[in-house]
Amino acid sequence: MNDFNYSRFVDIGQAVDDLTKKNYAKPIAGGTNLLDLMKYRVENPHYLLDVNRLPYREIVEASNGGLRLGAMVTNADTAYHSLVEKNYPLLSKAILSGASAQLRNAATNGGNLMQRTRCYYFYDTATPCNKREPGSGCSAFGGFNRIHAILGTSDTCIATHPSDMCVALAALDAEIVVQGGEGERRIPILEFHRLPGDTPQKDNHLKSNEIITFIDLPAETYNQNFAYIKVRDRPSYAFALVSVAAAMKLTDNRIENIRVALGGVSHKPWRLPQVEEKFVGKEANNENFEQLAEELLDGAQGFGDNDFKIKLAHKTIIRALNEARTL
Amino acid sequence: MDTAYIGKSRKRVDGVKKVTGSATYAGEFKPEGLVHGYVVNSTIANGKIVAIHTGKAKMIDGVLDIFTHENLPDDVRQNVDYTDPLSPPGHPFRPLYNDQVLYNGQPIALVVAESFELARYAAGLVEVEYLAEECTTDIKKNMGNATTEGVEDTAPDRGNAELSYANAAVKIDVEYSQPRHYHNPMEPHVSIAEWNAKTQSFKIYDKVQGVNSSQEYICGIFNLDTENVQILSPYVGGGFGSGLRPQYQLFLAAMAARELQRPVKVSLTRRQMFSFGHRPACIQQLQMGASKEGKLKSIIHKAYGETSKFEKYNETIVDWSGMMYQCDNVKLEYRLIPVNVYTPMDMRAPGGATGMFALECAMDELAIKANIDPLEFRLLNYADKDQNEDKPFSSKELRECYRQAASHFGWYNRHTKTQIKDDSILVGYGMATGCWEAMQQKSSAKAVLTSSGKLVVSSSTADIGTGTYTVMSQIAGDTLGIAMEEITFQLGDTSLPKAPIEGGSWTVSSVGSAVKAVCNHLKKQLIDLAKVNVDEDLDHVNYDEVSCTDGTLLFPNGTLINMSTLLLTAGLDSIEAENALEPEVRQEQYSSYAHSCVMVEVHVDKDLGMITVPRVTSAIAGGRIINPKTAESQILGAITWGIGMALEEEGMIDDRSGRIMNANLAEYHMAVHADVQQLNVLFVEEHDDIVNPLGAKGLGEIGIVGVASAIANAVFDASGKRVRNLPITLDKLLE
Repeated sequence: MNDFNYSRFVDIGQAVDDLTKKNYAKPIAGGTNLLDLMKYRVENPHYLLDVNRLPYREIVEASNGGLRLGAMVTNADTAYHSLVEKNYPLLSKAILSGASAQLRNAATNGGNLMQRTRCYYFYDTATPCNKREPGSGCSAFGGFNRIHAILGTSDTCIATHPSDMCVALAALDAEIVVQGGEGERRIPILEFHRLPGDTPQKDNHLKSNEIITFIDLPAETYNQNFAYIKVRDRPSYAFALVSVAAAMKLTDNRIENIRVALGGVSHKPWRLPQVEEKFVGKEANNENFEQLAEELLDGAQGFGDNDFKIKLAHKTIIRALNEARTL
Repeated sequence: MDTAYIGKSRKRVDGVKKVTGSATYAGEFKPEGLVHGYVVNSTIANGKIVAIHTGKAKMIDGVLDIFTHENLPDDVRQNVDYTDPLSPPGHPFRPLYNDQVLYNGQPIALVVAESFELARYAAGLVEVEYLAEECTTDIKKNMGNATTEGVEDTAPDRGNAELSYANAAVKIDVEYSQPRHYHNPMEPHVSIAEWNAKTQSFKIYDKVQGVNSSQEYICGIFNLDTENVQILSPYVGGGFGSGLRPQYQLFLAAMAARELQRPVKVSLTRRQMFSFGHRPACIQQLQMGASKEGKLKSIIHKAYGETSKFEKYNETIVDWSGMMYQCDNVKLEYRLIPVNVYTPMDMRAPGGATGMFALECAMDELAIKANIDPLEFRLLNYADKDQNEDKPFSSKELRECYRQAASHFGWYNRHTKTQIKDDSILVGYGMATGCWEAMQQKSSAKAVLTSSGKLVVSSSTADIGTGTYTVMSQIAGDTLGIAMEEITFQLGDTSLPKAPIEGGSWTVSSVGSAVKAVCNHLKKQLIDLAKVNVDEDLDHVNYDEVSCTDGTLLFPNGTLINMSTLLLTAGLDSIEAENALEPEVRQEQYSSYAHSCVMVEVHVDKDLGMITVPRVTSAIAGGRIINPKTAESQILGAITWGIGMALEEEGMIDDRSGRIMNANLAEYHMAVHADVQQLNVLFVEEHDDIVNPLGAKGLGEIGIVGVASAIANAVFDASGKRVRNLPITLDKLLE
C-alpha cells in the first residue's frame, strides 16, 4: 500500500472540487473493494476523499411514486428497508445474495456500482492485464477464465462486472444521479457501465470529477412477478457465475411487460430491451421463455473454462422466468 | 482410573482468555524496540535474479535495512544445516541463499522498518530484474517425469493383483484427481525474534505446531546450542499442518534480529500464506475387481503426487488400499512428480484424506457395478486384521460405526427416499469409511505440586486450537484427584520437557500418556511421604490401592491424608516429578487405527448443478474420548473441511507463470457457514488398552477422512454423474 492523503467531506461542492483538482484522487465510501485494491497496489491513489458524510444517507419516496436511494446508504440498510422489501423485493433479494453480511454492512450503494471486476489477473500486478495496465495484454485468455464473460467481450478484456445489486437495478430500469463540476446529471443504469471494447480500463461512463449521489428507482415496482437467481460455487460469499434478475407484468398469463437482466456474464449487467419487447403480448410459457433465452444469449462465446456458462445462463434464465411467473 | 474429568465434556480452560483477547498469540508480544519486517516474494517460478534495486526503498525514512541474497550474513549462508525434524529427502529451501528462484512466491528480500506499514510500503518500491526460465506446475502434463527417487516404499504387494483383476467378474478401472489445497489457518504465520548479543542467544515467539522443531532449525542455521535458542508459542490460531515445519518468516526474523540487534517481527500476509507448503495435487488410478457375490479379488492402486524440485515430499496415499478391506491380491505404487512449486506439506490427514478419497469412491463404483448396497459391500469385505502388516488391530469398532451411522442417518431408506424434491432438486445418499493412524510418540512431562495444593504440569507440546490445555488438565486432575481449577498446564516453550510436534493426531496419545505417567510418579512420591511422615502402618500398601480425590490420598484402610497437609508435615514447599514416556514394546504386535463411517445427504439442482449438503452423520471409533465437547468440535471442523474439499477447494496455479491466482479467502473457496447444515457426530464406544495407557486414539484427523468421497458418492446417487476430479463444481454436473 502506498502513502496517501485522506480528507472527509460533508459538502458535495467541495468534494467535487477536490476530485477535480487533485491528482489521482479517489472517493471512498465503504472501502470494501478499494482498500483491497490499494493493498494489492492495483489502485494507488494519492488522495482518498471520504464521501460517507455527504448528505446522501437516506432512502426517501420520490414524488413520482418511485424511491430514491442515497448513494451512501449501506447495502444492508437498503436491502432491509421496509419500502425496498415491499416494493422492490427483487432488489432486496439481489443485494442479500451478494458478498457477506459483514461486507453488506459496510458497502454502500454508490460503491456497489463502482466495484471492480474479480478477474484474478486484474488483482495480481505481476501478471499482464489490460484493465489494470492498458496495452499489457490479457492473461485471462489462455488462463483461468471460468468466472469470465461470455457476452460483449473484446480482444482486450473478458472481465465481468461482479455486482448482484446492479443486475436488479438493470432489470428495474434504475437511474443513477451524479454530481460533477458541470452540475447534476442522470444516467440510466444500462448506460452507466461500459463494455470493455479497446478501453477496458474504463468500467463505466462516470466522469473523473463526478460523484454518485442517488439511485432513483422508477414507480414501476415489479413486486408481483419477479425472481433473482444466483448460481455460484458456494451458497455465501461467492460471486455469481451467472445470475438472472427477471421481472414481469402478467395479465391472464400474458406478458404485458418483461425484463431480464444477467449478471456474471459480461462487463456490465446484460439486458436487451429490444429482445424483451418482442415478447410483449405473448403467453408466459416455457416455449417463449426458451426463445427469449436463446435471443438474449445470441452471440455468447466461451473462452475455455467458462464455456459452460452459455448453457448455464440459458437454464438459469428459464428457471428465473418460471419462478417469476409462478411466484 | 477415577474419572471426575476424563470422558466428561469440559469447557476449554483457555476459552475465556481467547474470547476476551487476553490469550497472547505469537505475533502479539511487544518486546522493547520491536521493528517490523515485510517480505518481498518472487514473481517468477524458475530462473534467477539479475538485480534487486533497493535504493528507492532505502530512502524511505524509517526503513532500517533490506536483506537480500546479496547481503545475507556469510556465516548464515555457509551453514549447511537448514533441516528441521520433518524435512523430506532432498535439500531444504534456504531463504535468500543465492540468486536462484525455485518457485513463484519465493521470499527474495526482507524490508525492515520502524512500522509494519512503512515496511510494506517500502517493500513495494523494491524492483527486481529476473532472467526467467520455463516453468511447469501441472502434474498431469508431467506424468512422464514421475519418479521413484526419494520415494518411500509402499506396503508390500501380495498375491497376484493383475491376474486376479483380469479374471474378476466385476471390475472398474478409474482415475481420480484432486488439486492443491492450502491450510489457511486464521492466524497467519508470524515470528518475533530477539537476539541477545551478550549471551549469543535467541528468544523467539513463533506460530508453530512444535517449538522444538523451530529450535532445531534455528540451531542448525545459526550454529547454536539448544540452550541458546528458546522458542515460545503459547497459543496457536490453527495449524492444520502448516506449522509442522518452520516457515521462512522464522528464518528472516531471526537473521534480521541478529544483524540489526533489535527485536524483529515478520508476519505473513494472507497472500503469503499461499507461498509455502500445501496439500499436494494428486492423480490416482485404481483398478479393482470383485466376484459376483461382492468379494474383493484385486486392488491395484497407483498414486502420482506433486513435489517440489528440491525436496521429495512423501505421504501415505496407497497403503490404505492394502489395509482397509480383506483382499488377497494387492498391488500398490506411489510416484512423485517434481514441479516448480514449494515443497508440499502435511495437511490435515495427509495422504489419508487423499488416498481414502479415491479408494472410497472406487468402492462405491464397484459396489454399484456389482449391484450391492455400498454399505453391505464394505461389510462383505470387512478386514479383521491388517493385511499390510499381518497384525491384529489393537481395537476396531468399525462395524459398530457402520451400524450406528446407518441407524442414525436412515441409510436403509436409501431406495425409498424421495428422489426429487421441489421439482428441481435431486436427492442423493452417499457413504464412505474413514481411517487414521493411532500413534504414540515418545513424550516428556513435568509435574509440580505445591503445599498450597496447586498443580503445575508442563510439556513443550502445542495447543493448535484442539484443546490441549484442557484435556491435559483433565488427565492430570483425574490421575492426582486434584480439581481442574487448581491445575495449570504449561506448553509451547522449549524450556519445558520435550514433547513431539503437535501433528499426526498423537498429542493426547503421547503427551496425555506422559502427563498421566508423571502424575502417577507424583502420586507415588506422595504415598512414600505419607509412609514416612504420617503412618508407618501404611508401609505395606501398594501404590495401586491408594486412590486420589479432592486433593486427598485415600488409603485402603480408610486413612485420608490431605496432600497439602502432607507436604507441610514433611516440611516441603513442593514436590515434583519429570519423566519421558515411550510407547510400550507390545504395541508393535498390533496395528492401531481410528475408524469412522461417514454418511451424507446431498441435494443437487438438476438444471443448475448447485450442490448442497443438508445432512452429514459421522460415527467415530476413536478409543476413549477424553472430552466429548472438544472431541466433537474437532470432528465438526473436519467434516466442514471435508465439504470444502469435495465441493470447493482448489489452489489455482497458472501453469504459464507458476503463480497462484486465487491467493485470498474470497477466491480460494472453502466451506463457509452457509455450507454447513446438519452435522451429527456419534462417538462409538471402543476399548483399547494396547494403543497407549489412556486408550485414546486421537481425533484431529479422522474427521475429514472419507467426507469428500461420501459426498462424491452421494452426488452420483442423486445425479447419476460420477465426478472423479475434485472439486465437484457445478459445471461438472451440467449436461
